[in-house]
Amino acid sequence: MAFLLGLVIAIITLATMYGFAFKVWWFPAFISEYGAAYDHQFQITLIVCGIVFFLAQLGLAYAVWRYRDRGGRGSYSHGNNVMEATWTIATAIVFLGVALMGQKIWARVHLDAAPANALQVEVTGQQFAWNVRYPGPDGKFGRTKPELMKESLGNPLGVDPDDPASKDDVVMPVMAVPVNRPVEVLLRSKDVIHSFYVRELRLKQDAVPGMENRLHFTASQTGRFEIPCAELCGLGHHQMRSFLLVMSEEDYANWLKENAPQAQ
Amino acid sequence: MAQTGEVAILHHHEAPKGFIRKYIFSLDHKVIGIQYYFLALTAVLVGMTLSVFMRLRLAWPDATLPLIEGGKMTPEQYLALLTMHGTIMVFFVLTTAPQGGFGNYVLPIQIGAADMAFPLLNMLSFWVTFLGFLVMIAAFLVTGGAPIAGWTGYPPLSAVGEIAGPGQGLGQTLWIVSLAIFCAGALLGALNFIATTLDLRTKGMSLMRMPLTVWSWFITAILGLLAFGVLLAAGVLLLMDRIAGTSFFIPAGLVISEQIISHKGGSPLLWQHLFWFFGHPEVYIAILPGMGVTSQILSTFARKPIFGYKAMVYAMLAIGLLGFAVWGHHMFISGMSPYSAIAFSVMTLAIGVPSAIKTFNWLGTLWGGQIRFTTPMLYAIGFVSLFVSGGLSGLFLGQPSLDLYFHDTYFVVAHFHMIMGVAAIFGIFAATYYWFPKMFGRMMHEGLGKLHFWITFIGVNAIFMPMHYLGMVGHPRRYADTTGVEYLGSLNSLHVFMSIAAFITIAAQFIFLFNLFWSLFRGQKAPENPWEATTLEWTVPSPPPHDNFGGNYPEVYRGAYEYSKPGVTKDYVMQTTPDAAAH
Repeated sequence: MAFLLGLVIAIITLATMYGFAFKVWWFPAFISEYGAAYDHQFQITLIVCGIVFFLAQLGLAYAVWRYRDRGGRGSYSHGNNVMEATWTIATAIVFLGVALMGQKIWARVHLDAAPANALQVEVTGQQFAWNVRYPGPDGKFGRTKPELMKESLGNPLGVDPDDPASKDDVVMPVMAVPVNRPVEVLLRSKDVIHSFYVRELRLKQDAVPGMENRLHFTASQTGRFEIPCAELCGLGHHQMRSFLLVMSEEDYANWLKENAPQAQ
Repeated sequence: MAQTGEVAILHHHEAPKGFIRKYIFSLDHKVIGIQYYFLALTAVLVGMTLSVFMRLRLAWPDATLPLIEGGKMTPEQYLALLTMHGTIMVFFVLTTAPQGGFGNYVLPIQIGAADMAFPLLNMLSFWVTFLGFLVMIAAFLVTGGAPIAGWTGYPPLSAVGEIAGPGQGLGQTLWIVSLAIFCAGALLGALNFIATTLDLRTKGMSLMRMPLTVWSWFITAILGLLAFGVLLAAGVLLLMDRIAGTSFFIPAGLVISEQIISHKGGSPLLWQHLFWFFGHPEVYIAILPGMGVTSQILSTFARKPIFGYKAMVYAMLAIGLLGFAVWGHHMFISGMSPYSAIAFSVMTLAIGVPSAIKTFNWLGTLWGGQIRFTTPMLYAIGFVSLFVSGGLSGLFLGQPSLDLYFHDTYFVVAHFHMIMGVAAIFGIFAATYYWFPKMFGRMMHEGLGKLHFWITFIGVNAIFMPMHYLGMVGHPRRYADTTGVEYLGSLNSLHVFMSIAAFITIAAQFIFLFNLFWSLFRGQKAPENPWEATTLEWTVPSPPPHDNFGGNYPEVYRGAYEYSKPGVTKDYVMQTTPDAAAH
């Protein structure tokens, strides 16, 4: 019994570690400036946890096998204050050290402002779609009104035609951005909470009604990347998905032109 | 500390004779504890059945399912299952069995009291909880069905009514009402536990001689007293938003299905703060009693004193205290101030320290022991293993930077199922196998118990370890299927594997159920102290008489875990053995 239990714990431990060590299921390659630091911080945390996991589980496995009942008496000990102090301090240093190391990435994402030349894109969630708006040549987002928000009339964001700034706004169901150019995303929601998630950017941010949440990133590779909704938003949650299309500057300019509203 | 005589005068009652006073509206903490236990058992069967259907849908989205209209589960039905599974498991199982069940039954006996401080309040708290359960189940039966907003019930989805989706009408209202009722019951219970622990300890039972189980129930009760009041308030506000036209959580300008919602001025984040101010301590409410019982059982069957008793008490107090300062780690991605995220992150990683202290002390308790592999001991060892596995993934999620990828993915689902789900359930199983002889006067079947352990231990690891890998790939949680997102297509084989593991594990729970009911009637008669343990419940008959000690209150001479003391004939010394006789 003792041997079997120790063995089962050891096998579970090693099988779990195998999946992580050999990256059987893993992140996709990153495409944002946060990616390298993110993956590095994950590796460090994984190594720290891996060591603690291995030692604690195999220590447990060893103890249940080594100290099985052999008809004697247990050792009479109520503990050891030096050991308590040692593992308390050691754990505190390691855990807090790991926590503080990762704050750099967080600070770059959320405490640093977006670069001044960043392209602003507004992303608005609704049950169950993403609407992406570009300010157009004037660089200004036009006014929106709740009473004008009608998908059935082709105006899901309720862009107000009476506002001159809205004339050149481009509203699309997918998000195109130029490669290597800073982008600032203004996240909103029309109805319930949604969450904007792009794995390759290593970014996620809730879109909360009544709030404007911001994110900024620079995509370093062209391609097509999925934007699934990551916050439960109702029965179509699992199908609320858009695409991030990272294009060359030229393709992006063309794309924007093709989708610009026709002059009336 | 209360005087023995005073307690006897206050609480010395003859056992009631009528069936209703004895078994239904009983004031006896032991009967109430068993009532809580069977309520949790009923709830866990419901919650488990819901998870069977969820696993079926996730692995085989196109399969024809029994018991479902049309044979095919809709996404909203899946979300209703998910919401009810989470809610029932968290409230009516993980909060009810460890504290209301075992805490109620064992705590008064372990401190040498005849009953809880307020027996009538105790009865009331059970029946209020029971009513809450009925209201929760009623949500399945109303038009529109059960709510689909998840166990966290985030507004506006949960606040604006059925326009937000099926189940968001009356079903969601009943869900809120049920939680409010549950909170009221939990508050009454918490008060009772605190008063009982502080006032009814028998002579010699100083705080630092209390078994770690008593400490864990006591600290859990304090957490409950501070946390459930907040959830109750939040629930009332949410209910007002739904039925009285207030706007605590609903901002202006919402448009759902082209309809303007007339509310304005509320904040969806306010609910998240209130909910998680309750919700994070709730995690410890579920797991602390498991820590207590694991300590008790490891010491008993390793035949060794608990390693670092004081460190264990301080660690639990630290967990309880820090548990109120980490709620923001559920909200890193919510749009909350990024500065406060850093503070919450540091507090969260700090709470890992007392958790690690407990793990080291459990290993220290086993080290140099003479381990007896009874079924409760297997479950206690399993608890330690699961606690390590589930705790370490918290180190990833406690960092806001890493949470940018992992938040609301299956990595989180794996994490909390490991630690607050199955680790806490292992605590409940350990407690069941350990105290069943005391509660029912008969032993459970050891062979069946061990079979149940092996399948369950391997099974839960096979379900929840691969779930981390889903999170690595970025699989969002609460998805009815994987057809809507391209990169999820390759993960179906993992879902199938986890579902099969879940079905085998769930099938094994019928071994437990059979063992439980078979042993109730056919189990071997239990002696007073079958495990050769030291605490007070093992000094009275199995099961104990109505007032526990028959009016003769014990006197306590030592701490709870005196095993293998040199110079003593037996390898354990009861807490009630006078010093002179302890040789």
